Amino acid sequence: MLSRVADSIYWLNRYIERAENVARFIDVNLNLMLDLPAGVSPQWQPLISVTGDLEEFKQRYDLFNSDNVIQFLCFDLTYENSILSCLYKARENARSIREVISSEMWEEVNSFYLSIEGIAKNQSFSGLPKLFAKVKMASHRFAGVMDATMSHNEGWHFGKIGRLLERADKTARILDVKYFLLLPSAEWVGTPLDQIQWMALLRSASAYEMYRKCRHYITPSSVAEFLILDRTFPRSIHFCLWESRRCIHEITNTPSGNWCNSAERSLGRLSSELGYITINDIIQSGLHEFLEQMQSSLNQIGNEIHTAFFAFGNPPDALSNQSSDYLQLQSTSLSQSSSAKTLSST
Amino acid sequence: MPFEAYDPEDFYDELFVARGKPRSRSVTLIDHMTKLGIDRIEQQRQTAEIAFFELGVTFNVYSDNQGVEKIFPFDIIPRIIDGDEWERLEQGLKQRIKALNFFLSDIYNDQKIIKDGKIPLDVIVTASGFLKPCLGIKPAAGVWCHITGSDLVRDRDGEWYVLEDNLRSPSGVSYVLENRRVMKSTFPEIFQDMRVKPIDDYPGHLLETLLNLAPSQIQEPTLVVLTPGIYNSAYYEHSFLAQQMGVELVEGRDLVVADGYLQMKTTRGLQRVDVVYRRIDDRFLDPLAFNPDSLLGVPGLMKVYQEGRVALANAPGTGVADDKVVYAYVPEMIRYYLGEEPILASVPTYLCWRESDRKYVLENLDKLVVKSADEAGGYGMLVGIKSTAAEREEFAQKIIANPRNFIAQPTLNLSRVPTLVDGKIEGRHVDLRPYILHRGDEIYVHPGGLTRVALKKGSLVVNSSQGGGSKDTWVLNK
Repeated sequence: MLSRVADSIYWLNRYIERAENVARFIDVNLNLMLDLPAGVSPQWQPLISVTGDLEEFKQRYDLFNSDNVIQFLCFDLTYENSILSCLYKARENARSIREVISSEMWEEVNSFYLSIEGIAKNQSFSGLPKLFAKVKMASHRFAGVMDATMSHNEGWHFGKIGRLLERADKTARILDVKYFLLLPSAEWVGTPLDQIQWMALLRSASAYEMYRKCRHYITPSSVAEFLILDRTFPRSIHFCLWESRRCIHEITNTPSGNWCNSAERSLGRLSSELGYITINDIIQSGLHEFLEQMQSSLNQIGNEIHTAFFAFGNPPDALSNQSSDYLQLQSTSLSQSSSAKTLSST
Repeated sequence: MPFEAYDPEDFYDELFVARGKPRSRSVTLIDHMTKLGIDRIEQQRQTAEIAFFELGVTFNVYSDNQGVEKIFPFDIIPRIIDGDEWERLEQGLKQRIKALNFFLSDIYNDQKIIKDGKIPLDVIVTASGFLKPCLGIKPAAGVWCHITGSDLVRDRDGEWYVLEDNLRSPSGVSYVLENRRVMKSTFPEIFQDMRVKPIDDYPGHLLETLLNLAPSQIQEPTLVVLTPGIYNSAYYEHSFLAQQMGVELVEGRDLVVADGYLQMKTTRGLQRVDVVYRRIDDRFLDPLAFNPDSLLGVPGLMKVYQEGRVALANAPGTGVADDKVVYAYVPEMIRYYLGEEPILASVPTYLCWRESDRKYVLENLDKLVVKSADEAGGYGMLVGIKSTAAEREEFAQKIIANPRNFIAQPTLNLSRVPTLVDGKIEGRHVDLRPYILHRGDEIYVHPGGLTRVALKKGSLVVNSSQGGGSKDTWVLNK
């Protein structure tokens, strides 16, 4: 298939998954806030820290309060990872490959974007929980529609890899929230508040119910084990990596255990590492450090996928989907040179 | 009673003979709509509008970074054409396209029509669509204009005229198909009662036309649709057609010339392309042959084309016949190449480079429609009866400065169709753009076509960029 098309379907899925996870972040924090004991002030900064875009936030806003953080993460079109920006780009990607994806997929993305854009115009604090539920459901619906209406061909596998890598990255970040999320003091460790925070974290990965089915107690190490290493939970990092590994082998037709490009090799290596590491190993070397390392490995794999399948001689800094400036440039250059007349005679 | 007050006035009305008296072909439709009542009709209109938006059948006006999306306005009262009348149009269009294709072939090769003195050489070489790099080319199956979207209009007396031929890359056919889809779901009962020719198979005909261009020794030719990209206003259509034909939609940056062939960049390396249905203008096709600033095309494409290693539809160079001065010679072409009299009339055209014509035009600017020879889309045009003295003066100066570039035609009183405007039904002017596919061995005319309607009261300009909308077009079985 066309490299550009593979690139677009990969990013279409990444952006939708990203929008969903941003909604998860904020949703859980809102929940937590309502459960805080009197006198403990709500924490908004960890949400921004975990996105890795702290500097971008500071350039735009002075205060870490609910209004600013929600505006930034949900609706700010100047911030490229806000929910609305993600959906905008998901839709532009979908538009450019409408003939490849099923029309049901396009309709899903289109109405997803239009509905959130509509909400962005008249947002209210009380409407937020509904908004996040909507974003999560729409994202699941998109994944379901893609599964059920598009042939499970090469393009479908690229899309799936995009979604899974994004999800692995975000699960790592969700787990890392707890690192940034400070308890009022060391005495609070192991108290109901600590418990509540870990539960909230599970909830934000939609993992609470599934977790309870296999573990009785909520302890930091078993929560981390569940979200990193569980073999069957679809949002665990292990699950995401092994599935993407399966997809990349479908694309290249290389037998499992072999590799034909560096993306395939890195993905195979990282997933194998996860397959044979224990949670104790991870905690001994530092959970936060492990998660940071995971994020950078995932980035690396993303770049290698780009080089192996999409780039075709273009340097990685011209990634059409990673810099919002580029889209903009492209739009100007096109409108200057193409005659922009629909249905004008010829 | 939605049509009670409807008055066709002093125009040819496509659905009514006179006030309260529908034409025989539209009786069933008018009965049905009368039963529905105006409120239901208005409701159906809104349903249809939502359907278009959700399908994403929009065109883009990217003036700011967000882009404005508009639906091409759709009117739910269809236009109806009788089977017999359609047959005549079909014959006329086939004849015309056949002659135009002979003309293109001739003009880029032997130029007999010039040597025989039927068309001045000057007219050809000064036409902006005439492309020297196309001289000597013999495209596959001898076809230049594979896809044509002629614009037809009907005057007050009911006579059809060809207004323009549009031999480059006419757009709008996706609206024809989507309009019908929405109409069928909005008024299923009417379709049961009337014998409307189905139109859903256009993509199949288009695919056959294009596959026909691939070298015969290639078993599974690779066909692509070439688009300027998602910011082009007709992008929806490009993507729609690629999807319906099941072929790749590519942009210039997906293509490269390598090893003497046109190839596309895929996840498994380069893959040869045999046929390109291109929806970008001639001059943007190849920066080496034409506009060096073009980012849309593929460097080296023209050379591959000249060597016959890739087929392009439509062939580059067809724009010469879209020149409005060349248009005036089409009846002559039909006589010259086919030895027949034209079945369809052309609009009488005054050529400003002829001194006598120019004198007449300048004296009658208030009655004529003046058009720039190389512009389209309702731009560069003066509608005399609606113009101010200052506008006429401006055009007079332009004509004197560059007579070759202007033609003038009498003002036609375009026919009207009842149209739903702000909850009321009023007459609005329409044209018709049928789509014609030339396959070499035969010419196919798709039944009906796009009816464009000028939504502004009294307006004669139907282009979407100037406030036009569209209607479904029903050709009845005989």
